[in-house]
Amino acid sequence: MAIWEYGFMQNAALAGLFGGLACSLVGVFVVTTGLSFIGVCIVHAAFAGALLGVWLGFNPLAGALAFSLLATAIIGPLADRGEINADTSIGFIFSLMIGLAFLFVGLMPGARTEALNLFWGSILTVGRDTLVFMGAVALVVVAVIAVFFKEIQAVLCHRDVAVAVGIPATAVFYGLLILTGATVTASLQSIGGLLIYALILNPAAAAYQLTYSLKRMFLLSAAFGVGSCWTGLVISYLLNLPTGAVIVIVSSIAFAIAAAISPKRKARKWLKSRTTI
Amino acid sequence: MRMSASSLTYWGKSNSILSTSGLAIKIEDAVVTYREGVALDGVSLDVREGEFVGIIGPNGAGKTTLLKAINGLVKLEKGRVRVLGTEMGRHNTSHIRKRVGYVAQVRNLDPRLPISVRETVMIGAYGRLGLFHHPGPADRQRAQTVLETLGLARLAGRPLGHLSGGEQQKAAIARALVQDPQILLLDEPTLSLDREARREIVELSRSIHESRRLTTVFVTHDFEALPAACRRIIMMKDGRIWRQGEREVILDNGTLSELFAITTDSRAQR
Repeated sequence: MAIWEYGFMQNAALAGLFGGLACSLVGVFVVTTGLSFIGVCIVHAAFAGALLGVWLGFNPLAGALAFSLLATAIIGPLADRGEINADTSIGFIFSLMIGLAFLFVGLMPGARTEALNLFWGSILTVGRDTLVFMGAVALVVVAVIAVFFKEIQAVLCHRDVAVAVGIPATAVFYGLLILTGATVTASLQSIGGLLIYALILNPAAAAYQLTYSLKRMFLLSAAFGVGSCWTGLVISYLLNLPTGAVIVIVSSIAFAIAAAISPKRKARKWLKSRTTI
Repeated sequence: MRMSASSLTYWGKSNSILSTSGLAIKIEDAVVTYREGVALDGVSLDVREGEFVGIIGPNGAGKTTLLKAINGLVKLEKGRVRVLGTEMGRHNTSHIRKRVGYVAQVRNLDPRLPISVRETVMIGAYGRLGLFHHPGPADRQRAQTVLETLGLARLAGRPLGHLSGGEQQKAAIARALVQDPQILLLDEPTLSLDREARREIVELSRSIHESRRLTTVFVTHDFEALPAACRRIIMMKDGRIWRQGEREVILDNGTLSELFAITTDSRAQR
């Protein structure tokens, strides 16, 4: 196809590959543990940190990474210790981050173009440095999953059991949260702060509907994530639509289809009928 | 139930070298508190190597917390816990847990959880394997043997969430056995099970203990669920050991009704 002859489209395709891969893989952590609100919170913390960077004139990615790690460091122990209800503590951090994000935008002088780009993302203008960062993070995510698959499986499916058999479950759990923060940071400029969470959630949620195997879930989620990015990229180019928004809509459609054809719907009905007999 | 004494000793490892004192578990004056109040209030307990101990008491008596204290899953406010000759501390709990099989109460699992019965049983081996080590053929064979022994082999490929309560409980026991533990802690293993499933789990607990001489602590609020192999009974109430003794001596109707009725009365007064 002629559209791949353009340099910016080649870069966008690579950004879609790296971003789609990393986001959809960390999405499996978020969906399987049922802690999707933690993911939302980390995304918005990264967003606020990046905006702080834009306002004060330092690298927005550094701000995003620092804020997402800070959010992880606060949310994790609060949720773990149960001193405050997990939803309440995460909601508190989430609203604080949203408030800070809008405060930083409000304090910025001038046209605020860079800040607005962080809202919607700019996958078509992604630079080489960002691509290298995204590729490195995607590589780390894949490597961590490959090397620590058994520990990740234990923590995602049976965290209490993982602790009881002597797996360093808390370290693994926090490692996964940090990985989520790094992924969000890497994809923030290309996908956008308001859209990135859909790319984390939708592919993994679609994969969750289709398989009972965690390995297959990772593979399906990655396929949905990268597929959504590339399909969205082509559609947005052909129809002259905003790329980030189209990517998110494509991933949402993929989830809707997966939910509609999910074998787990039948299993749920079967289990329900079995318990009511 | 396809269970035999020999089938449970296939791995042939000895679990006899535990401590010089002959005690597998020694708890001294343990105090554990939650936000809701005191869960363990100065509990002291010795469990000998190879002993089968039953712990009974009403809900909220501290039974589960006692098991968690043995496995280092709760923080002690006061007191000491020695397991397999090692005092539980900040830095060695993970090491000790690898040698203790803990079967927690079965909770409602998400039936869509992406894990099969075989995979959940294999998790028992992961703590001992450690980071960077993947399970080999011997580990897989061990899991297969345990699955066959417990009658779960035909269900091995099924999603864990599709199993009945009794089958999930068996899978949890299988996971603990794959861990090759020196102590087995069973927390309400017959809770919410039907009569047949309950009988199977009780028989399974007895067989495991007898074939491996595994130090076993069996917690229940239902004294009828205690296997016959359980000779010593600990009665707990309000976070304390209320009474203990030989099964034949202590398990009479008067003591049991006093254990449960007194608690009911005292709660009603609060």
